[in-house]
Amino acid sequence: MQWDIVIGLEIHVQLATKTKIFSGSSTAYGAEPNTQANAVDLAMPGTLPVPNEQAFRYAVMFGLAVNAEIERRSVFERKNYFYPDLPKGYQTTQLERPIVGPGYVDIDLPSGETKRVRIHHAHLEEDAGKSLHEDFHGMTGVDLNRAGTPLIEVVTEPDMNNAEEAVAFAKKLHGIVTSLGICDGDMSQGSMRFDVNISLKPKGSDTLGTRTETKNLNSFRFMEQAIAHEVERQMDILEDGGTIVQETRLYNGDRDESRSMRTKEEANDYRYFPCPDLLPVEIDDSFIEEARNSLPELPDARKARFMDQYGLNDYDAGLLAGDSRLAAFFEAAAKRGKDAKLASNWVQGEFSARLNAEEKTVAESPISGAQLGDLVVRIADNTISSAGAKKVFEALWSGENDSVDAIIDAKGLKQVSDTGALEAMVDEVLAGMPDQVTQYQNEEDPKKRKKMLGGFMGPLMKASKGQGNPKLFNEILVRKLGG
Amino acid sequence: MHNKSVAELSRELESGKISSVELTQQFLDRIKREDGKYNSFITVTGEQALSDARVADEQRAAGNATPWTGVPFAHKDIFCTNGVRTTCGSKMLENFVPPYDATVTANFRQAGAVCLGKTNMDEFAMGSSNENSYFGAVTNPWGLSQGNKRVPGGSSGGSAAAVSARLVPAATATDTGGSIRQPAALCGVTGLKPTYGRVSRYGMIAFASSLDQGGTIARSAEDNALMLNVMAGFDAKDSTSINREVPDYTATLNEPLKGLKIGLPKEYFSDQLSPAMEQQVRNAVNEYEKLGATVKEVSLPNAKLAIAAYYVIAPAEASANLSRFDGVRYGYRCEDPKDLMDLYTRSRAEGFGTEVKRRILVGTYALSAGYFDAYYLKAQKVRRLIQQDFINAFKEVDVLMSPTTPSPAFIQGEKTSDPVTMYLEDVFTIAINLAGVPAMSVPAGFVDGLPVGLQIIGDYFSEARLLNAAHQFQQVTDWHQREPQ
Repeated sequence: MQWDIVIGLEIHVQLATKTKIFSGSSTAYGAEPNTQANAVDLAMPGTLPVPNEQAFRYAVMFGLAVNAEIERRSVFERKNYFYPDLPKGYQTTQLERPIVGPGYVDIDLPSGETKRVRIHHAHLEEDAGKSLHEDFHGMTGVDLNRAGTPLIEVVTEPDMNNAEEAVAFAKKLHGIVTSLGICDGDMSQGSMRFDVNISLKPKGSDTLGTRTETKNLNSFRFMEQAIAHEVERQMDILEDGGTIVQETRLYNGDRDESRSMRTKEEANDYRYFPCPDLLPVEIDDSFIEEARNSLPELPDARKARFMDQYGLNDYDAGLLAGDSRLAAFFEAAAKRGKDAKLASNWVQGEFSARLNAEEKTVAESPISGAQLGDLVVRIADNTISSAGAKKVFEALWSGENDSVDAIIDAKGLKQVSDTGALEAMVDEVLAGMPDQVTQYQNEEDPKKRKKMLGGFMGPLMKASKGQGNPKLFNEILVRKLGG
Repeated sequence: MHNKSVAELSRELESGKISSVELTQQFLDRIKREDGKYNSFITVTGEQALSDARVADEQRAAGNATPWTGVPFAHKDIFCTNGVRTTCGSKMLENFVPPYDATVTANFRQAGAVCLGKTNMDEFAMGSSNENSYFGAVTNPWGLSQGNKRVPGGSSGGSAAAVSARLVPAATATDTGGSIRQPAALCGVTGLKPTYGRVSRYGMIAFASSLDQGGTIARSAEDNALMLNVMAGFDAKDSTSINREVPDYTATLNEPLKGLKIGLPKEYFSDQLSPAMEQQVRNAVNEYEKLGATVKEVSLPNAKLAIAAYYVIAPAEASANLSRFDGVRYGYRCEDPKDLMDLYTRSRAEGFGTEVKRRILVGTYALSAGYFDAYYLKAQKVRRLIQQDFINAFKEVDVLMSPTTPSPAFIQGEKTSDPVTMYLEDVFTIAINLAGVPAMSVPAGFVDGLPVGLQIIGDYFSEARLLNAAHQFQQVTDWHQREPQ
């Protein structure tokens, strides 16, 4: 049987406010446990929440960025459940009146098409603390540094139909919140966490199937794997004539396994009701206008500008513009390096590959965009070959030296571009390879000729001790061999 | 000295007739000698008080005195006091020492007042007789001479009894459904519940957040005004406190009452009220007429729904407010929990008393899926109707007057077996909390040797007018000066 996959996402975005949503404690990541939790965060008796205006500004900016209605009067509610990392015994969140109403985001698909994913709403809430189950000898440690960190939870409509679309949406959202500067986007620290709702229905059917929710995926890769895993699991059950149980599941990315966390029947009755400690949040037009005026360039606009300003193609521009830090890095490299296309290739190629290999973010890169730009300059003006450029890149990355020119000098990577010297080397090499020369000259297929040309390059590079300009060698070869 | 008012003590201190240290020692001695009969204090902070009194004497000598500098008083044990244990009348917080002051506590500290200790109360402010305290029931100073141990009312029973027994001239209190006014009435003292939002709730342990309001108990209206001067005002730490100018509540105490329009809600003069009680209230209203006020009957048509609505909304909020008492971070924790669920269930089962558990269960039920609309939402609709009743009434009159309670202080144990009978104690006070308006209870006579309270209800933020009306009444009556024997 053929199946349609239906996917909706819930995304928790940690807001990059300096202090918590209802207290003055710092939200900085990585402090000693419980050093960033004051009496309010600890839910000491009699303490009361005081809303952080910046969190509201960020939520409004987000709403504007996803083309959503901003609710003029939103209400905080209490979601009641007991857990040690939830100090008050309830989470302060929004339910009936969220601050951000319906909106949408357009995503680019690999096919070149654009797809619209609708956003159902986004609401403000407080994060819980962390329960630490290791190192406590059968007990659980509680760290409340994170308790009260502001979040927006973004809830989409079930508009995605495969893992690729879901990941494209997630990346797009990541690009939007980091461009807005409302979230640091660091997924390894939990700054963005994804819950994926998945259901299957017979192809073409109008009726949605029973869905499951896979919670707390904190990387695009795990999200993609978890979707593939869950689709396969549901398909196996359905094709064996079984039924899907509505439940919440946890996915283990390291083992590619998932398990049920709780079924619908086991779900808590959260007993939501409006929080009497907080008045309804009134947002007026001037607050919204101020937020609108403070909106920075967003990925869609940046992509269009990259195509226009740097002459990048749709794909490259989309990739670079999607992540604000990568975009800024690219722009620094392109401005310094003058050759935007070459800068784009290096940012997406060597640079991104290296970040991935070392699991680093752009912010953690040991080299700057300007340094990469310096490198691009020396590639473009033929001072170094691409092989030499890789060596320079290595030296920059490892911190041997921070000057591109100094590295080129120190390593003797400057190419020989003296045509006379190069011609002499070509003559000498060709003289030593008469058979290959004849073979080349007798070959009529231009593709094969081109391939055979490569056979001369090895000896030429050897003769020049790797410093001959390969582009010039190529030109000279073609001329000497007669086309 | 123990019979003097705050205003008088302030003058004595200023004139140098007595020092704060001497005054404080006298009151501490009196508490030590007398409070065995009443159990009105949970904690007496003698050393701290004497040390604060020494500082107050220095401040007064240096010319930096406020009217409160060096004047002894007490806090209801619901207000957090930095470094002094704050129990809220519960085993759950028997050993809880907050590392912060409630805003009310900080305000009195700032004013130089000398806190003698923390007064007894119904556990988590849930009760109308002060029999729900983990630290034992409080006995009303009135009625002891007849050989009966009567309740002081609740939940601020310790504050009311302590003021009535002249153990302190004034004490803070809180009122969620009548918890200032009912004990003030039963103990023959004067109490004020301000407009919701007038006094910060920060550091005041929450029972029902949308109804709780800190207020005052003292013997005279003037002393209540002096207290409110210290307590009232906007607090950035409480999002529900209201940013509105605070008048000097003593400045208007002597305004004449000529032309004051008094409304008598007919629903509050029903057959729930004994003829003897009604007579005392009508006599008081007659005094107002002599002072130039006019009187007319008004209606609060939805008032009869107040108790039912209150006993949905207050427990619903309480069920969430009390979730933080889970044995994890502070407060009572059961012995040797075998797992998390055991830790939660036994800590809460052992740490909370019966009435608190009853209200948590009622509130949890009212908020549950399938019941929320029928209980919580309906109760909120009723609440809006009741608010509208008061708004309408205050289009016609300046203040409303009624009895504070349906009957005088009852004997301990008389109503403990039937919670609904106990809840009816607040039949005349609860609607005021639902509406959020201010109200006072003023001593207005006796029935069978027990005090009767006159309730005066005002429009939002009309505390100055209420205090003025009460003060003028106290210029022509002496009920508030009567001392229990």
